Amino acid sequence: MRGRDEEWTDLMRSANAGDSVAYQRLLKAVTPVLRAGARRGLARAGQPIDQSEDIVQDILLAVHLKRHTWDPAAPFAPWLFAIARNKLIDTLRRRGRRVFVNIDDFAETIPSEAAPETLPAGEVTRHLEALPQRQREVLQSIAVDSASIKDTAQKLSMSEGAVRVALHRGLAALAAKMRSV
Amino acid sequence: MDTDQFIKTLAADAGQHERPAGQALAASLLVALPVSAAMLLSTIGLRPDIRTAMHNPFFDLKFVVTLALALSAITVALHLSRPEATARGWRLLLLAPLAILGLAIGGEAMQPQRTSMLTRLLGHNSMLCLTAIPVLSLPLLIAALIGLRRGAPSNPTLAGALAGMIAAGLAATLYAAHCVDDSPLFVATWYTLATAIVAAIGALLGRRLLRY
Repeated sequence: MRGRDEEWTDLMRSANAGDSVAYQRLLKAVTPVLRAGARRGLARAGQPIDQSEDIVQDILLAVHLKRHTWDPAAPFAPWLFAIARNKLIDTLRRRGRRVFVNIDDFAETIPSEAAPETLPAGEVTRHLEALPQRQREVLQSIAVDSASIKDTAQKLSMSEGAVRVALHRGLAALAAKMRSV
Repeated sequence: MDTDQFIKTLAADAGQHERPAGQALAASLLVALPVSAAMLLSTIGLRPDIRTAMHNPFFDLKFVVTLALALSAITVALHLSRPEATARGWRLLLLAPLAILGLAIGGEAMQPQRTSMLTRLLGHNSMLCLTAIPVLSLPLLIAALIGLRRGAPSNPTLAGALAGMIAAGLAATLYAAHCVDDSPLFVATWYTLATAIVAAIGALLGRRLLRY
């Protein structure tokens, strides 16, 4: 696991230095590990494991919005797994389960691809509907229609700066909505 | 939404960086401090004999204790604003103000006193102390919670209690300039009780507000 952890730490350092390709690679690399941990946690709590994708996205969003709390001098994996555990516990509690997530649910799993029986994640899409109009339009354009920031700005006749701001605020608002469920 | 799409969206936002919790906390406390100071000055004010009082080491010691409380709470709160941090070891820092108080109580006991221990402990106006410190804390508590919201504490209730201790420490520093009771026995009793009240309010608020 040593090699993997070091790779993640390097990618996150590059991401912090402004390399968004490294950032995307990092998020892609951690996703199968988060998915496996989420499935394991759900199974332990006696919950259907096909809902893991919502938890994975919840964790990714928290990682994104809280990445400034990672200490670049420290390894990335313990920070990531702390956030993942927190989010998993949160989800299970919201469903009225009192559960203790095993420390190693995330750290000691074999990465798992989205299994065919996994339900598509619906939480993000559902909360998207409730965002203020501008934020919703920007997020839909970038997330659903895969448009770039530049194209989105043109399509909505906004400046690129305004699109960036709306995107960031929209993601923060999304996180707030997911917390309050 | 498909997770790959979601990751692309997050990557598109990679340019936006939040300020670290330390900076946000410093900024919000700097805004709230003058508010609390104005609240003190416009209501009960400073003690009339403050110039002479400054020569009394036990008067000065109150500020050392309250600032030690605020600084140790800030240090621990910022440490715990990282998701993977644990309180182990760091909690001891919070004992620093109590240790100073303990030494001060010993120091006072070694000096000849005109009044009994109980008289010094009860002081002149313990009820004002118990009200003024929590009231002066309110702007600072809001500020501390706003600042700490930048963090990602694994235990939001504890983080909220620490926000309360930061606020109480700073509010008590202000209140100490009004308070005519300088005995460390008084401070150990009533300032501590006032801090506990604010910490409890902070814990209740933090539980909701500091989740991430």
